[in-house]
Amino acid sequence: MSQVVNAGFPILTATAAVPAIGAILTAAVPAARRTAAKWLALLVSLVTLALAAIVLVGFEPGGDRYQFVESHSWIKDFGVRYELGVDGIGVALIALTALLIPFVVLAGWHDADPLETKSSRWRPTQGFFALILAVEAMVILSFEATDVFLFYILFEAMLIPMYFLIGGFGDRAHAGSDENAAAQRSYAAVKFLLYNLVGGLIMLAAVIGLYVVAGNFSLTEIAEARASGQLEMATNTERLLFLGFFFAFAVKAPLWPLHTWLPNAMGEATAPVAVLITAVVDKVGTFAMLRFCLGLFPEASKWATPVIITLALISIVYGALLAVGQRDIKRLIAYASISHFGFIIMGIFAMTSQGQSGATLYMVNHGISTAALMLVAGFLISRRGSRLIADYGGVQKVAPVLAGTFLIGGLATLSLPGLAPFVSEFLVLVGTFARYPVAGIIATTGIVLAALYTLVLYQRTMTGPVKEEVRAMPDLRVRELAVVAPLIALLIFLGVFPKPLTDIVNPAVTHTMSDVQQKDPAPEVEAAK
Amino acid sequence: MSASAVAPAVHSLWTAAAEPLTKIPAPHIEYVQLSPVLIVVGAAVLSVLVEAFVPRKRRYHSQVFLTVLALVAAFAAIVGLAAGGYGSTKAHIAAMGAVAVDGPALFLQGTILLASIVAVFTFAERRLDPVHHGHKVDSFAAEAAAVPGSEQERAAAKAGFTTTEVFPLALFAVAGMLVFPAANDLLTLFIALEVFSLPLYLLCAVARRRRLMSQEAAVKYFLLGAFSSAFLLFGIALLYGYAGSVSYATIADVVDGSVAAVDPALAQTMGNDVLLLIGFAMVLMGLLFKVGAVPFHMWTPDVYQGAPTPVTGFMAAATKVAAFGALLRLLYVVLPGLTWDWRPVMWGVAIVTMLGGAIVAITQTDIKRLLAYSSIAHAGFLLAGVIAATPTGISSVLFYLGAYSFVTIGAFAVVTLVRDAGGEATHLSKWAGLGRRSPLVAAVFAVFLLAFAGIPLTSGFSGKFAVFKAAAEGGAGALVVVGVVSSAIAAFFYIRVIVLMFFSEPKADGPTVAVPSAFTAATITAGVVVTLVLGLAPQYFLDLAGQASVFVR
Repeated sequence: MSQVVNAGFPILTATAAVPAIGAILTAAVPAARRTAAKWLALLVSLVTLALAAIVLVGFEPGGDRYQFVESHSWIKDFGVRYELGVDGIGVALIALTALLIPFVVLAGWHDADPLETKSSRWRPTQGFFALILAVEAMVILSFEATDVFLFYILFEAMLIPMYFLIGGFGDRAHAGSDENAAAQRSYAAVKFLLYNLVGGLIMLAAVIGLYVVAGNFSLTEIAEARASGQLEMATNTERLLFLGFFFAFAVKAPLWPLHTWLPNAMGEATAPVAVLITAVVDKVGTFAMLRFCLGLFPEASKWATPVIITLALISIVYGALLAVGQRDIKRLIAYASISHFGFIIMGIFAMTSQGQSGATLYMVNHGISTAALMLVAGFLISRRGSRLIADYGGVQKVAPVLAGTFLIGGLATLSLPGLAPFVSEFLVLVGTFARYPVAGIIATTGIVLAALYTLVLYQRTMTGPVKEEVRAMPDLRVRELAVVAPLIALLIFLGVFPKPLTDIVNPAVTHTMSDVQQKDPAPEVEAAK
Repeated sequence: MSASAVAPAVHSLWTAAAEPLTKIPAPHIEYVQLSPVLIVVGAAVLSVLVEAFVPRKRRYHSQVFLTVLALVAAFAAIVGLAAGGYGSTKAHIAAMGAVAVDGPALFLQGTILLASIVAVFTFAERRLDPVHHGHKVDSFAAEAAAVPGSEQERAAAKAGFTTTEVFPLALFAVAGMLVFPAANDLLTLFIALEVFSLPLYLLCAVARRRRLMSQEAAVKYFLLGAFSSAFLLFGIALLYGYAGSVSYATIADVVDGSVAAVDPALAQTMGNDVLLLIGFAMVLMGLLFKVGAVPFHMWTPDVYQGAPTPVTGFMAAATKVAAFGALLRLLYVVLPGLTWDWRPVMWGVAIVTMLGGAIVAITQTDIKRLLAYSSIAHAGFLLAGVIAATPTGISSVLFYLGAYSFVTIGAFAVVTLVRDAGGEATHLSKWAGLGRRSPLVAAVFAVFLLAFAGIPLTSGFSGKFAVFKAAAEGGAGALVVVGVVSSAIAAFFYIRVIVLMFFSEPKADGPTVAVPSAFTAATITAGVVVTLVLGLAPQYFLDLAGQASVFVR
């Protein structure tokens, strides 16, 4: 263990406990002290970020597979332990989550201010920030859980605060038709919840099945027993269990054809909540594919790979095509995200170390780039009160800083070299190509289409003659700049110098590769010599 | 003295008559082990006397005090017995083979008593209805015998009459429920069933508001209940013909074929499998009716809707615990030798119960009916645990019952709070925007709904996981899949209520949330606390249920 953290201090629990307690405290702030609740939430998220930084610094890439391990008995009858531990992939994602939440809080500063101050007991602001912190706590803990049951509980429980965030705090861009907006919002929230709940319940059947087969829930113990041959699983059992787990993760990630909840949810939610969905919560799905699907069911994962790669390819192309056709800015970003999740899943199941490293980096980079693009889009939408692309035009002449940051966010989304997502997308493509050349080639169309939808979006909203309604649009304020600038700096930094991230991720990927007993295919050029 | 030795002597009347009368032994009753039941029955009798002799003004307070005191004392007796080892090492059959004192019995009796205590708190609530002619009123009719809308009723209301009889009735019902899961022969089972059913029929009929609906519910419940009792009794008769005894242990022996000395008088019918299967099916029907399993569930929605809400909560929780206890004992003690015969049937019942309850609930527009159908679906989940036919099956059902009863009582207690001019506003459309008007009440109700839906970190999830795990281990993997599917269906309508409460605009003429007295507040608090504790740290209670999962024979 590292010197940064005392061996006895449960740092992983702390990273989740701080936002959890913060959520309760924020919810308890009296109705009149709205601003205090906001500052409290920001403070809590910053403390969490500091703790995550300690984990990141203290993590030794070359050390044990799971570090900062904590293990306590929890529900003995179910064979459930409170077991935490992080590998490189987990550390990277914890850092991403802890990093994004302060920006989400800051970006959503005014999103939950009550419109009328009639009722003294209705406290939407406190609720909004408390829910965000609750989601943060559960997401972070789910990246740390090495007990399948503990993970499952968090995986399901995080739906509830997410659901209230989507359904309870809609986009104000619907001005004029409040009734209709509320109906759409509640539809989106229910769709989100039902899709994910059904996925989760199917996973529950698989979790119970796993217990019947393995007798406990510890990821490490089951993996060891499997590797040493102590735990034999019939081929069919393994495949059924794998499908149960994968289905839940594919809904969450989301993978075509289980993706339809995402555009609704991201469209109706406020921009910060949309960031929370796509950049933070959905990552639990792809992370879990790596950790649980590959870790527990290596044979079945290999068996399912052709189908999953195909579905991922469809996601990539279909998501990008639909993004091109969108008239709504937020839905466009949602479909772009579906395309990107296709890349991540393809990288995971390509079963090459480049593909998996790329996929992990992709999770982090997609989180940052989508956050940047979506939050700027949110600032834009809040100014004009409309999500429709056609309602904008010539914004760059009126608000050049806003337009510029929007452009950089967009360029990151289309993986321009020099910005962080390029590195990961490139790795995924190379990794996939090594094993599945055809899939690799088809996937590149996703990049071309990405250029199309981002640049057309920029062109239609930011360039051209200045529209009448846009003329008085103010540029980014200080608070908004404070949200966007660090994200963009990070995109550029990780684009030029991704080494710190790859150093942490690579050893973990090696472990996962050995889980599935896969070696990288030898380069063909060398074989020809 | 074991029951199997008594039975032939009792039956062969012509030989017994020849013997001198002095040989009839005095029954040996273990008063200490039976003390929980005796306390409750004693208090019930006393409570009738209070009703007769205490002045009307003081009755309410004396009845509430007496009822709560008796229930708490009975619970203390249970704890004492359990601590004394009667649940495990000293488990035995008491009262001449009539009543079992063992782990499952004590656990279920404890659960019934705790549920009854919190339910009685809602009976005692007098702050929700507006003060009527200067009298504080509860949920029960001023004078149950008065025709609804009549002059007599108005006079009774004006005079400030209240139906304090509900307290002795509840106590008698509790006494029957305590015996029901502990009954160790079929006649005790039947008597216990009647002792708790009859007061419940009456309790259903005494609502203060919507009296016709309440009376209709009572009649429905009574008629169908009478039918099911008849089935049960007929089944008992057939089983007696099969085994020559009503004692559980003897029947089990006959089923196993381990009875050597066959009574010549019974040789004709004894061991006749037709009698066994038909008799058993009829007894099972009677129990499944009380449990509310499809296809014997028809009474549930009407009765739950019509009965006064505190009674509904009490009934939904305590009856279910008692009935499942009896069902478990019957299947595990009497018929372990028949496991292969009853399992396919129970599979079918469990599947249609889970799916039926969940699917029909979607179309409901009344919150009490919705909860009724949800209780049917939960009966299906419990049956999945019953089917496991393993010790974990027993303990998981015990745990589930404990978790479920508090959620149910809590949820119905919240229903009593949401009111408009006509009393409780149970139509779902009236609940729109409740989250805006009174966030706390809506949040509490949301917690209960999430527990019903089995969302992790609530007791509903722990319970559901326990029974599904037991079912999967018992080889009923397909049941788990059906259970999971129906959970998903059920989640839809729980979520719909949450959507309604939080995401809909409150209506101008919407209901108000009454501020309850300490009684209902205590009930709801207990419900929330148990829901969360059993969700977050269920280990202690799982241990308890695990230790209590051995039936005595």
